[in-house]
Amino acid sequence: MSRVERIFPHAATLKSGVAASLPHDSAGRHVTGEAVYIDDMPEPEGMVHVYVGLSQRAHARLVDVDLSRVRSAPGVLAVFTAADIPGDNDVSPQHLHDEPLLATDRVEFAGQPVFIVAAGTRLEARAAVRLAAITYDDLPSVLDIDAAKATGKLVTTPMTLARGDAAAALAAAPRRISARLQIGGQEHFYLESQIAYAVPGEEDDVTVYSSTQNPTEVQHMVSVTLGVPAHAVTIEVRRMGGGFGGKETQCSAFACYAALVAKRLKRAAKIRPDRDDDMVMTGKRHDFTMDYDLGFDDDGRIRGVDMTFAAKCGWSADLSGPVTDRALFHADNCYFYPAVRAVSEPLKTNTVSNTAFRGFGGPQGIVGAERLIEEIAYATGLDALDVRKRNFYGKAGRDVTPYHQTVRDNIALELVEQLERDCDYRARRAAIRAANAGSPIIKRGIALTPVKFGISFTLTSSNQAGALLLVYTDGSVQINHGGTEMGQGLYVKVAQVVAEVLQIDISRIKITATTTGKVPNTSPTAASSGADLNGKAAEAAALTIKERLTTFVAEKWNVREDEVIFLPNRIRIGQQEVPFADVVKQAYLARVQLSATGFYKTPKIHWDRKAGRGRPFYYFAYGAACTEVAVDTLTGEYRIERVDILHDCGRSLNPILDIGQIEGAYVQGAGWLTTEELWWDGKGRLRTHAPSTYKIPAFSDRPRIFNVALYDGQNREESIFRSKAVGEPPLPLGVSALHAISDAVASVADYRHCPRLDAPATPERVLDTVDRMRAAAAKA
Amino acid sequence: MATAPTGAADRPDGGFRLRPYIRFLFGYDLQEISHIAPTMTVLDWLRLTKRHLGTKEGCNEGDCGACTVVVVRPDQGRLIYRAVNACIQLVGSLDGSQLLTVEHLKEDDGTLHAVQAAMVEQHGSQCGFCTPGFVMSLFAFSKLSGPSPTDQAIDDALSGNLCRCTGYAPIVRAARQACASVTSDRFDRNAAATLARLEAFQDEATVQVGDSSGIFHAPATADALAEILVANPQATIVAGSTDVGLWITKQMRDLPVLVWIGRVRELRALDDGGAAIEIGAGVTYSDAREVLALHYPDLGELIRRLASTPIRNAGTIGGNIANGSPIGDASPSLMALGATLHLRRGGERRSMALADFFLAYGKQDRRPGEFVERITVPKPTRADRFRVYKISKRFDQDISAVLGAFWLRLDGDRITDVRLAFGGMAATPKRAAAAEQALRGRTFDAAAVAAAKTALTDDFSPLTDMRASAGYRLRSAQNLIERLHLELTHPDIETRLVGDKALAHVQG
Repeated sequence: MSRVERIFPHAATLKSGVAASLPHDSAGRHVTGEAVYIDDMPEPEGMVHVYVGLSQRAHARLVDVDLSRVRSAPGVLAVFTAADIPGDNDVSPQHLHDEPLLATDRVEFAGQPVFIVAAGTRLEARAAVRLAAITYDDLPSVLDIDAAKATGKLVTTPMTLARGDAAAALAAAPRRISARLQIGGQEHFYLESQIAYAVPGEEDDVTVYSSTQNPTEVQHMVSVTLGVPAHAVTIEVRRMGGGFGGKETQCSAFACYAALVAKRLKRAAKIRPDRDDDMVMTGKRHDFTMDYDLGFDDDGRIRGVDMTFAAKCGWSADLSGPVTDRALFHADNCYFYPAVRAVSEPLKTNTVSNTAFRGFGGPQGIVGAERLIEEIAYATGLDALDVRKRNFYGKAGRDVTPYHQTVRDNIALELVEQLERDCDYRARRAAIRAANAGSPIIKRGIALTPVKFGISFTLTSSNQAGALLLVYTDGSVQINHGGTEMGQGLYVKVAQVVAEVLQIDISRIKITATTTGKVPNTSPTAASSGADLNGKAAEAAALTIKERLTTFVAEKWNVREDEVIFLPNRIRIGQQEVPFADVVKQAYLARVQLSATGFYKTPKIHWDRKAGRGRPFYYFAYGAACTEVAVDTLTGEYRIERVDILHDCGRSLNPILDIGQIEGAYVQGAGWLTTEELWWDGKGRLRTHAPSTYKIPAFSDRPRIFNVALYDGQNREESIFRSKAVGEPPLPLGVSALHAISDAVASVADYRHCPRLDAPATPERVLDTVDRMRAAAAKA
Repeated sequence: MATAPTGAADRPDGGFRLRPYIRFLFGYDLQEISHIAPTMTVLDWLRLTKRHLGTKEGCNEGDCGACTVVVVRPDQGRLIYRAVNACIQLVGSLDGSQLLTVEHLKEDDGTLHAVQAAMVEQHGSQCGFCTPGFVMSLFAFSKLSGPSPTDQAIDDALSGNLCRCTGYAPIVRAARQACASVTSDRFDRNAAATLARLEAFQDEATVQVGDSSGIFHAPATADALAEILVANPQATIVAGSTDVGLWITKQMRDLPVLVWIGRVRELRALDDGGAAIEIGAGVTYSDAREVLALHYPDLGELIRRLASTPIRNAGTIGGNIANGSPIGDASPSLMALGATLHLRRGGERRSMALADFFLAYGKQDRRPGEFVERITVPKPTRADRFRVYKISKRFDQDISAVLGAFWLRLDGDRITDVRLAFGGMAATPKRAAAAEQALRGRTFDAAAVAAAKTALTDDFSPLTDMRASAGYRLRSAQNLIERLHLELTHPDIETRLVGDKALAHVQG
C-alpha cells in the first residue's frame, strides 16, 4: 500500500470530477425536509409579515384609494403606497419606467400591486388587504392579441430578421400556404412561491433573502427603489423551490416590498404571496400568434417563408423584447430557409406582464417552424419526418440562419437518424396507421420532432460570470459564484469543475449560498448558461490557485513546474506525493494567497440587432423526441403513451443530472402544449390561478414508456469541459407531443388535411379539431 | 399554547361527556391541546406553532401535495397509514391519531428511511420543494403496497403530488425501489405500543376546544352530533374539510362554530350486508371505494379519478353531496343509481331521492341544524348497466368539465328504465329528463342515441368557464351517450384511454 493509499484509502482516484453522475448536492436534505428554503429560515423577534393589495380592474384610473379600514385592521402596523417609496418607483428590468413598484394614478392589469401592508402575522396581513376600498374609473382594456393588434401598441421595439427576398421566393414557389398558428402561454408553477425576507442593517444597509434567479438585478432594484447605493444592499439565495424563468425578474418587486418595510419599520420583514395571488400577480410565458406565408415545392422543400410573431406581452415591457427576439431566432429550428422574413410584434395588453420562461420565446419559434413542416407534409403527402430531413441545414449554401450566423456544429441529421432507428419510428408509424383504420374512437398518433437551440444571452454583455474560490488551511475549499440553484444541479456541477481542476474530492468543497456580497455584477441564472458561464469562472479561479500552488511547490521542493502534478487529493512532486491539505498548509505558512477570483466571458459572439446580423450564439444544442399518443375522438382526451428522446449535452458534466433536466423539460414542454391553459374572463381576470384550475402534468400524465439517451459527442466549441447547456434546449422536445396528437387527429380525415391543431391542445381544442377534420373530410 | 387538563369533564346539564381538549401523537410525543383556533390547519400548526419546517406549503388548497403528511389511526387492531394534505386538514381532526411528518422518518442514528434513500438514489428530487410531500405519500404507500406494486397503483398513490422539475420519471423509479426495499422500519417496530396508545385515545366523549375566534366540536355519537347541531343551527359541518378547508385558506371566512363529524361512529359505518349499500355520511372515498367498485366497477374507477389519494383519504361522499357543488362527481353518479339520502335533525329523520336534494345553485334541501346521516345506494340487478364518464383537462386530480352518469335497465336490447345524470352541465347536479324520455322503452340503437343526443339540448344550457366552453360541454355530453352505446353494444371497440379499460365492456 502506498503512502497515499494509507492516508486516503478511498480516494486514490477521483470519483467526483466532471462527467461523474453525482446526485444533487442537496438530495439528502430534500428528502428529510432539512433543506432550508427562505420561509424556513429562523424568524427574529419582531419580524413583520408583508402582503400586497391588488387591483381588481384590468385598466382604470384610481379615483380613490381608501385604506382606512386596512390601517385599522387587527395586527396591522403600517400601510405603504407609492408615495412612501423613498427612491424611484420603478422595477422595470430594462429601466423603461413602465413598471411602477406600486401603482400611482392608474392600474393596467387586474392584479397590479397598489399598496402593501405590514402586520404581526401573515394571516392578519392577508386579511387586511381585503378591506381596501378602491374607487376605479374604468378605461378600455385590451385583453388579447387580436385586440392588441388593432391598437398597434407595442411595449418595446420590434425586430425583423431577413435573408434573401422572401416576397419574390413566395411568389415564385410552386406551392404556397398561408394561415395562422396560436400558441398559449404558460404559468411557471414553481412549487415554492415567490418570497423575500429582508433584515435591516445599520444606516442604509439591508440584506434580502430572495428566491431569485437574478440576485444582482434584485440588488439593483432594491437600491433604486430605496434610493441607496448598491453597496448597501446584499441579496442572498441558497436555493429556490423552482424558478423556470419565473424568478428572473418577477422576484424583484417582492424583495423591494420586504426591504421597504424592513427599513421603514426597522424590523425584519417577510412577504410570501398565497399561490393564487402569486399566479395572478406574476408574468408567464408569452402567448403568441404566428401568421405565416409559406412557399415550397412538390418535393417538400421550403422556398421562402414570411412569418409574423405577435406576442401578448402584457402591460409592460419586462423581458418581452429579448423574448420575442428569441422567438425569431428559433423560427428556423433546424431548417434552412432559402429566403426568409420574420417579424416580431411585442404587443401591449392589459394583462400581467409576461416574462422569461424556460426557452424564453425559443420554444414558440420552434412550434412555429414545426407547423410549417406539418403544412408541407399534409400538402405533399410526405411523411413529416422526411420533410424535416429535406429541410435541415446542410453544407455551404444551406447553412446560414435568418440572422446570418453560419451553423457550423450541425448534428441534426445524424441525431435524428439515430433516434429514428432506435425508436423504430417507421414501423411504428405504419402499424399505427393500420390500427387506426380499425379503431373508430381511439386513434393513435406519432411524431418525431427535432430541436436546435441557440446558447448564449442575446444581450452580449450578459455573457460574463465571476467566481470566488477560498481555500482554507485544512485544505477544504469554498466556491462562490453568481449562479443560483433552482433545482437544476448547478452547484454540484460547478463543484465538480473545481474538484476536477484541483483534483480534490467534492466532499472537500463547500457549495455556498449565492450572494451579491461575494461575487458582484452577475448575470441571471437563465438562458441555460449557468454551468457554461459559472463553471468557466470557477475553473479560472481554481486554475489560479493551482498555478500559485504549483509555483510555490516547485520553489519549495526545488523541482521543475512540470514535475508538479495534481493527482486525486494529493500532489506529486518529483518522486514524492504529498496530500493536498499538507501542501495548502505549507503554502499558507509561506504566505501564498489562498483565495482567487475567476472571470469568464463568452468568446466569438456579437449581435447587431438593428441590422439583424451577427453571431448571437456561441453554439447550438440539439435533440429530438418521438412521441406516441392515443386520442379519444369522442371527447378530445388523450394520453401520451411513449416517448423516446435523444439529446445532445456535448460531453456531459453530470449525465444523470442532465437526463433529469431532459425528462423534466419534456414533461414541462408537453404540459405547456396540452393541458396547461391560461384562461382570462371578459373582465381581464385570470381564472386559472391555482392548481385546481391550472393543470400542469400530474404523475400519471408522464409517458409510461419514457426512454432518454444522451447523444455521444462533444461541444465543438471550447465550452466548460466541452459540455453543452441543458436547461432550456430539451423543453421544445415536448413539441413532438403536440404533433403526435395532431397526427392522431388527422386520421379522422384520412391524413388528407393539415389539422392545424393550436396550443394548448386541451381536450376541447382537440375535439374541435377532430370535428373540423371530419367536416373537411365530408366536404371533400 | 395552553396545555390541557388530563381528564374529561361531565357536563353539568347531564348531556354528553365533554373532553375539553384534543389529543394525538405528534410522532411519539403526546399532544393535548385545549386552546386552539377551530380553523387552525395542520400545516400552520406544524410550521408556525411547532416550527417543524420540513412540510412545505405549495398551494394551500390540497392540490399540489407539497404539504402531505401521514395520519395513522387504529382500525381493528391494525395501524392504518393515510396520506393527507396538511394545508386543508384541521388540527382538531387529528384527535385520536398519530401525525407523522417528513422529519419523523429517519432513524435516530440518521439512517434514511427506505423511501428517502430511494428518492436520493434514483435522483427523485431537483428543487426539492415537493419532495417531502412525495416522500410522505410514498411512505404511506409503502405501508400497503407490497414489494412490487403495479404502475397504476403507484400512479394512484402519487396522484396528489405535483412536481414541476423531474417529469416524474425518476420518482417512479424511486417508488419501485422503495417498495421493493422496505422491510421493517421504526414504525413497524413500535407498532404494538403505538396501537395501544391510539386505542386508548378512542372514547365516547364529545370533544370541544377553541379560542376567542370560535369553537371546534367533535362529537363521538350521532345523538351528540344531533344535539350540538340543534343547539348551533348555523354551525359549519366539517367532514373531510376538502371544501371547508378552502373556505378557511382561500376565502378566509369566519367560521366561529365548526362541528367535525369524523369521530361519529355511526356516520363512519359502511354496510354492504343488505339489499342496498348504506354509506354513512362520514365514510371517506378511500373507505367506500372497494365496496362500491365491487357492485359498480365504473364507480370504483370514478372514485380513483375524482380526487387524489390524500383527498380521497379525507373527503367523504356525504360531504360531497351535502355541499351541493354543481361539479361534484359523487352526486350525479349516485343520482343515476337512484340513491336515497337520509337526513336528521335532532330526533327527526327524513329521506328523499338524492335528485330532490338539489334545489338551486348552492342551495340544498337541508334545514338549519339538519345533517346528512347516510346514503342508500341500490345494488344492481343482472338487467342493470351503469357507466360513469368524467371529462376534465387532466385525467387525475381535476375537477370535471362534464360528468355523465348513466344507469340503464335492459330487457334484451330494449331499455326498460333509465337514469341519466350530469355534473358540470347546470347549476346543480341534474338528471337529463328529456334524454331519459328519448331512451326509455326504446331499443338502444343508433336512432335512440341520436334522439337522446338531440334531447340533451333541451335538458341543458351549460356555461362557459375556465374548464370548458358551453359548446364543448354539450357536445362531449352528447358524445358520452354515444360512448355508452358503443360500450354496451360493441365490446370489440376500444373506447377508453385510462384505468382498467376492460371496465368499458362489463356486463352489469
